[in-house]
Amino acid sequence: MLALTYSPQTRLHAVPAPIKLTALCAITTALFIIPTGWAIMILGGAALALYAAMGIAFLRAGLRTLYGLWPFVVVLGLWHGWQGDWDSGILIIARLVTAVAFANLVTMTTPLQDMIACLVRLLRPFRRLGLSPNAVSLAIAMMIRFIPVFLSRAEQLKMAYRARSHRSGRWAVIFPLALGMLDDADTVSEALRARGGISPKE
Amino acid sequence: MERATVHIALFAALIAALGLVPKLMLTSGVPITAQSMGIMMAGTILGAKRGAAAVALFVALTLAGLPLLSGGRGGLGVLAGPSVGFVIGFPIAAWATGWIMERLHALPVGIAAAIAATVGGIVILYIPGVAGMAMMLDKSIPQAALLITPFLPGDVIKAVVTAILTQAIFRARPASVFSRQTL
Repeated sequence: MLALTYSPQTRLHAVPAPIKLTALCAITTALFIIPTGWAIMILGGAALALYAAMGIAFLRAGLRTLYGLWPFVVVLGLWHGWQGDWDSGILIIARLVTAVAFANLVTMTTPLQDMIACLVRLLRPFRRLGLSPNAVSLAIAMMIRFIPVFLSRAEQLKMAYRARSHRSGRWAVIFPLALGMLDDADTVSEALRARGGISPKE
Repeated sequence: MERATVHIALFAALIAALGLVPKLMLTSGVPITAQSMGIMMAGTILGAKRGAAAVALFVALTLAGLPLLSGGRGGLGVLAGPSVGFVIGFPIAAWATGWIMERLHALPVGIAAAIAATVGGIVILYIPGVAGMAMMLDKSIPQAALLITPFLPGDVIKAVVTAILTQAIFRARPASVFSRQTL
């Protein structure tokens, strides 16, 4: 599974994840409470400078992650063009792109394990409400493992279906897929319990 | 505890896997993705608490940086983008779907699931979804609502498919439908 982290190390990779996340919160809040063109231009420029400082390849990878916003840019452009209100349209698009750019910067430079560690730490206060950190960690690991199992099982069922029919079987496999996975889940939970189960303590 | 944890992880993975299913184009040219069907299924099968936990797990790992949202999106940028309300609304929608499913235990599973998926997975999900879109794109609530109406027919189809699947799973594996267990 490919995470969204940028693999060559940059200087931003070395900054601890909690610091990056706190800074991101502050910048995003600022973007939304100071809605002036200047503030957005300065922050947008800062984002661009940060990306560029990490190298051309990094900048290019960053711009590629922003590409997904294009439908919203088109809709906003059409809307404000139709209203004849270009200034606010450009401002909203710039703010949107800047906010997403900063967030992507944190995602690109923070390994998944660090993010998950932050997440588990943030969930610690909920232990009192019966949320076991062990169960959370195990669920994270199992979910990541289950995804490829799902996909390969679906592929197998589709191939078996095609051997019997001339149709593609995209929909016909959903039900057997669900049943097989539910049975697997029961087997996995039995196996977990047989090995001592999830300890409620850390 | 073990069984609940495994099923929560399983449904989180199901939602992720559904995000990788290729998009289907409606005649209006609006893409529909299978992902929100996973949210509905988590509610109708796992019930309120576990359904919400499964979806919250999926959302947490997406924000942590796995590109699991349909179209390969993920990371913290989602929280700064226009679909933030939907992503935050996913666990709430699953919880509401499950809650309604549990309340409708007198009705046949398929009908209960259809109602629960429609109210929880569409009506409840659209509230934070529209609010988030209005905020991020600086539009009024009715304007934002207008922007997402093209997605409504696809979501209705997904609620129907969810109901059919939930009914079929209940018939084949009644013990796996947590929302119908007397716990």
